Amino acid sequence: MKRWMWMALLAALSVLVIAGCDDEEGGTGTPQATAAATQTAQATAAATQTSGVTATPTPVVRGPKDIILATTTSTQDTGLLDTLVPIFEDESDYNVKVIAVGSGQALAMGERGDADVLLAHAPSSEVALVDKGVVINRQLVMHNDFIIVGPEGDPAGVQGMTAADALGAIYYTGATFVSRGDDSGTHKAELALWKKAGLDPAGQGWYEESGQGMGATLTIANQTNAYTLADRGTYLAQKENLELVVLVEGDPALFNIYHVMQVDPEKFDLVNGPGGAAFVEFMVSDATQAIIKDFGVNKYGQPLFIPDAGKDESQLTPQ
Amino acid sequence: MTEAKLSLRDVRVRRGRSELVNVPHLDVLEGEVLVIIGPNGAGKSVLLETLALLQGPTAGHVLFEGQPVRGRQLGLRRRMAVVFQESAMLRRSLADNVAMGLRLRGVPRSVRRERVRRWMERFGIDHLAHRSALTVSGGEAQRANLARAFAVEPEVLLLDEPFSALDQPTRDDLLEDLSAALRETGVTTVFVTHDRTEALRLGDRLAVMMGGAIRQMGTAVEVFAAPVDEEVAAFVGVENIVAGRVRSLADGLATLDLGGATVESVASSPEVGLEVLVCLRPEDVVIEPGGRDSHRTSARNHLHGSIIRITPLGGQVRVVVDCGFPLVALITKQSLEDLGLKVGDQAVASFKASGVHLIPRGR
Amino acid sequence: MDLIWDGLGEAVRIMRSGDFNVWEIVVRSIFVSGTATAISLFIGILVGSLIAFNQFPGRNLAFSLVNTGMGLPPVVVGLFIAIMLWRSGPLGELGIIYTPTAMVIAQTVICAPIVTGFTAAALRNLHPRLRSQLYGLGASRLQMLRLVLWEAKLPLLAAVMAGFGGAISEVGASQMVGGNLAGDTRVMTTAIWLEVSRGEFAPAIALSVILLVLIFLVNLILTTVQQQERR
Repeated sequence: MKRWMWMALLAALSVLVIAGCDDEEGGTGTPQATAAATQTAQATAAATQTSGVTATPTPVVRGPKDIILATTTSTQDTGLLDTLVPIFEDESDYNVKVIAVGSGQALAMGERGDADVLLAHAPSSEVALVDKGVVINRQLVMHNDFIIVGPEGDPAGVQGMTAADALGAIYYTGATFVSRGDDSGTHKAELALWKKAGLDPAGQGWYEESGQGMGATLTIANQTNAYTLADRGTYLAQKENLELVVLVEGDPALFNIYHVMQVDPEKFDLVNGPGGAAFVEFMVSDATQAIIKDFGVNKYGQPLFIPDAGKDESQLTPQ
Repeated sequence: MTEAKLSLRDVRVRRGRSELVNVPHLDVLEGEVLVIIGPNGAGKSVLLETLALLQGPTAGHVLFEGQPVRGRQLGLRRRMAVVFQESAMLRRSLADNVAMGLRLRGVPRSVRRERVRRWMERFGIDHLAHRSALTVSGGEAQRANLARAFAVEPEVLLLDEPFSALDQPTRDDLLEDLSAALRETGVTTVFVTHDRTEALRLGDRLAVMMGGAIRQMGTAVEVFAAPVDEEVAAFVGVENIVAGRVRSLADGLATLDLGGATVESVASSPEVGLEVLVCLRPEDVVIEPGGRDSHRTSARNHLHGSIIRITPLGGQVRVVVDCGFPLVALITKQSLEDLGLKVGDQAVASFKASGVHLIPRGR
Repeated sequence: MDLIWDGLGEAVRIMRSGDFNVWEIVVRSIFVSGTATAISLFIGILVGSLIAFNQFPGRNLAFSLVNTGMGLPPVVVGLFIAIMLWRSGPLGELGIIYTPTAMVIAQTVICAPIVTGFTAAALRNLHPRLRSQLYGLGASRLQMLRLVLWEAKLPLLAAVMAGFGGAISEVGASQMVGGNLAGDTRVMTTAIWLEVSRGEFAPAIALSVILLVLIFLVNLILTTVQQQERR
């Protein structure tokens, strides 16, 4: 009796080894994000209605099946990619690996050639990469805006101010402020705003750095009744769990602009050039832009993003 | 001329900086029981492991039936069996353990079962066949150990102090059973021990090993009665060991023929006609000048002879009297002076029947 | 406290309705960690028996290394393996970054020292004369190894359980080399981390409960087997 038990255990372990060897990259082409399934259905329907279906142009040259998309946690947290990526994978038959990290790390991955395409919202850093020749085919995709949220009681009294003024008020009242502190797009935007206000919060007792993504940072701010700078998308996605309210919005300085760009395949042997190009094409295509336009309306009552493909940056309007 | 089953030539075993064994020449003859006796740390176990092909010598050769052995040849190892002091049983039934050697050789189950049953019965443990080997006593485990080795029907049996960890009564029992089994099977045996009784009981030949080398080799009588040097003498003990035979038995006393002389000893069990080794401590022997008719002691044994050697040993004196066989007595220097004895004088050596120790030698 | 009760309630609902694809994540976790443990067992037996049974210069060093390996911070392991497997790294051409294979590698590196250390200790604790005795009864090297391993099967089982526990509980390495890709490389621990970072506590708690139950079941097996053997 006992002997059979041991044999069974050994057999189970062997099965695992064999099975584990099989479980290779990208089991199926479509990730099963059933939470987004309904949105996908709606989005596809909307796309067919609005633009008479211009199919995403598939490049004539095909690359390897996998594409590594480096993007930011805030972008992923909005759920937009959960909607868009399956559509892309269906149409193009590529398999997209979405690696969501901080902006700094995403761009660093680009610099090392560890990703094929980047979707980021740190324009000044991205431009630096363009200048260095690390990325090509950089296209404007969409934008949303940042907001300053805080406790309902608003101890620093920042409601309705401009971003720079609000930060000044927070600085001088010493109200708790939680920063991303992770070199992300949001973090860089925040630092730019402090600079604009002519203030340096580093080292101040009320200035906290979470070092984590937007969702986690909002949670921390929520728990400590603090102010923080957030992108509207993540805030709306988490609104149910938060007691923080929107206090400052609409200031042009708060625009959060997204670009998609390819990592230059000429520069790195292993980069999937055709795949990257296909994804960029997809993101700026009319069909996709239409999906982006309506994204979030059902759930939050307002869209999370404003699609901008083909525009000039100076033409951007607030949400 | 009996063939050498196992031989060592120019064998040295070194571990780290120390040389543990240095044996230029050793033959284990077919069918004999060779006892390797020596104090602890003499290298006996290492020698046994080398003979058993469990480890290769640092230098020199091991020969099996005259052929040099390469490394730890599995084929040859399977013609031998080893019994260690610790019974090293596996966590299984006793019968499974006894069957281990047979299983390793791929012996079919029916043969296995029969042999295991037979040998467990032979060593009196067949009633424990289904018990877990870890729950039996030390003595029972060693019986199983022996059964395990015999069941394999080896051509060479090697035992490393198998009884040293057991209490005296158990040792005695096991010694008897082992002796009988060896007699029956006639298997070539190498037996390592530091116990003189075991050596005398079992050994056809004895090898005294000290400091990694074999100091003396010969029959029990040769080694014990005539140790080759002081160190050996100190180890084997200065004893009188003489071969004899039981002539008759009466009233708890055995009368023995001993190299021409008659000796009585306290004994109850030896059969008449049994060959024995007679052991007598020199301290138990009293010397008196010869020619006297009245004796000062109440001892039953009085042997007449002439003094052939007198050796001083500190405050004592070793006196050897030839009374048909050389009898060694140990007396004080003072006593010798009082008696006024010297070499060549006639003397009477007296000792009690109770001081005579018998070791059966029924081979 | 409300959070936990709400979370538990949500958790039960999610588990029952299958809404969240929890089971796919659980199965993958078991496969990845199980494979890592199986490979570690192989390595553990090989290396463990080598260092337990042989005297060689540097044996103590070997033991120290194994013990150090047991204490390796998983996130450090993950970082180093990620660096190797990134396209920019020496093994980039293999293209296994962000795959379950990479996770198996990382978890094996974490798990193998644990299993090796336990195995070496278990083998060392066997009767010191056992191996000589088995050789003396005519065992070949292979036979001896088989018998000895079977004899030590209880502590070996403990080694496997400890290794599996270590592998399935770690999050840092799996995140870094796996990328936590939905439907591809998402396992329980990385999924928990993701849900927490999104503020979605209910799924996080659901997964935590399942993970705890799984670890408990695995230990239950060990304890049961141990008790059976004792009798």
